[in-house]
Amino acid sequence: MLNVLYFASIREAIGKDAEAVALPTPATVAGLVERLRSRAGPYAEALASHRRWRVAVNQELVGLSEPLKAGDEVAIFPPVTGG
Amino acid sequence: MFTIRVQHDDFDLSAEQALVRARHRDVGAITSFVGVVRDINDGRDISTMTLEHYPSMTETALKKIVDDAARRWNVIDATVIHRVGELAPRDQIVLVLVASRHRGHAFEACEFIMDFLKTDAPFWKKEVTQDGAKWVDARATDDDARQRWEVK
Repeated sequence: MLNVLYFASIREAIGKDAEAVALPTPATVAGLVERLRSRAGPYAEALASHRRWRVAVNQELVGLSEPLKAGDEVAIFPPVTGG
Repeated sequence: MFTIRVQHDDFDLSAEQALVRARHRDVGAITSFVGVVRDINDGRDISTMTLEHYPSMTETALKKIVDDAARRWNVIDATVIHRVGELAPRDQIVLVLVASRHRGHAFEACEFIMDFLKTDAPFWKKEVTQDGAKWVDARATDDDARQRWEVK
C-alpha cells in the first residue's frame, strides 16, 4: 500500500487529507494518478490533466515516471505559493 | 550549520542578524530578504491569509535549497524562517539571511534561495477577500525567476 497525502486545493477538492492506496500498475507516479483519476467522485476533476499539480515521493519532488514501492509516502498538491 | 525554522510566531530580523554576526569572525557581508503580506492581490483587498505547509517535507526542502546555494557561493551562515498559519496584511511572512565573506556572494545566494523557495518549498497561501476565501495561484514569473539560475 501507498500512503497518499493531499494538500491545499487538492485536499479540499477530494475532501480528505490522506488515504491508503494499493500499489498501481505500472508502479509509478503516472500509474497512481491514472488510478485515482479513474475513480468516481471528485478525483477526476481534482487531478484533471489541464489542472496543474505536483508530486513528492518520500518528501522529495519527483516527475511522473518516478517508480513507487509499498510503504512510500506520496504527496499530491498544487504548485507551491509560499514566500 | 544553517538555521531553518517554520513557525507561527513572528521573527525579528535584527535579532537573527545579531546571532549570525556573533557566531563568525570571517563574515564581511550579511544580506537579508523579508517577505511581507500585501493588502491587495490581483485587484482584491485581502483581509487575512492562511499558510498551509507539508510539515514532514518543508524543512528538508528548505535545507536542500540552502545547501544548493552554499555549493555555488561562499555561504558562511544562513537563516531561513517561514511563517505558517493565519497572517494579515503588513505581517512578515519569510526571512532569508545570508552571511558571506564578500557582498557579491551574499546578494546572489540570498536571491537564489528566495527564487527556489517560491517554486520548491511546500507552502500554499489561501487568501480571504471580499469575494471569499481563495487559494492563490502559482505565478509563471516565479518559474522564470527560478529558471535563470540553471547552470548553462
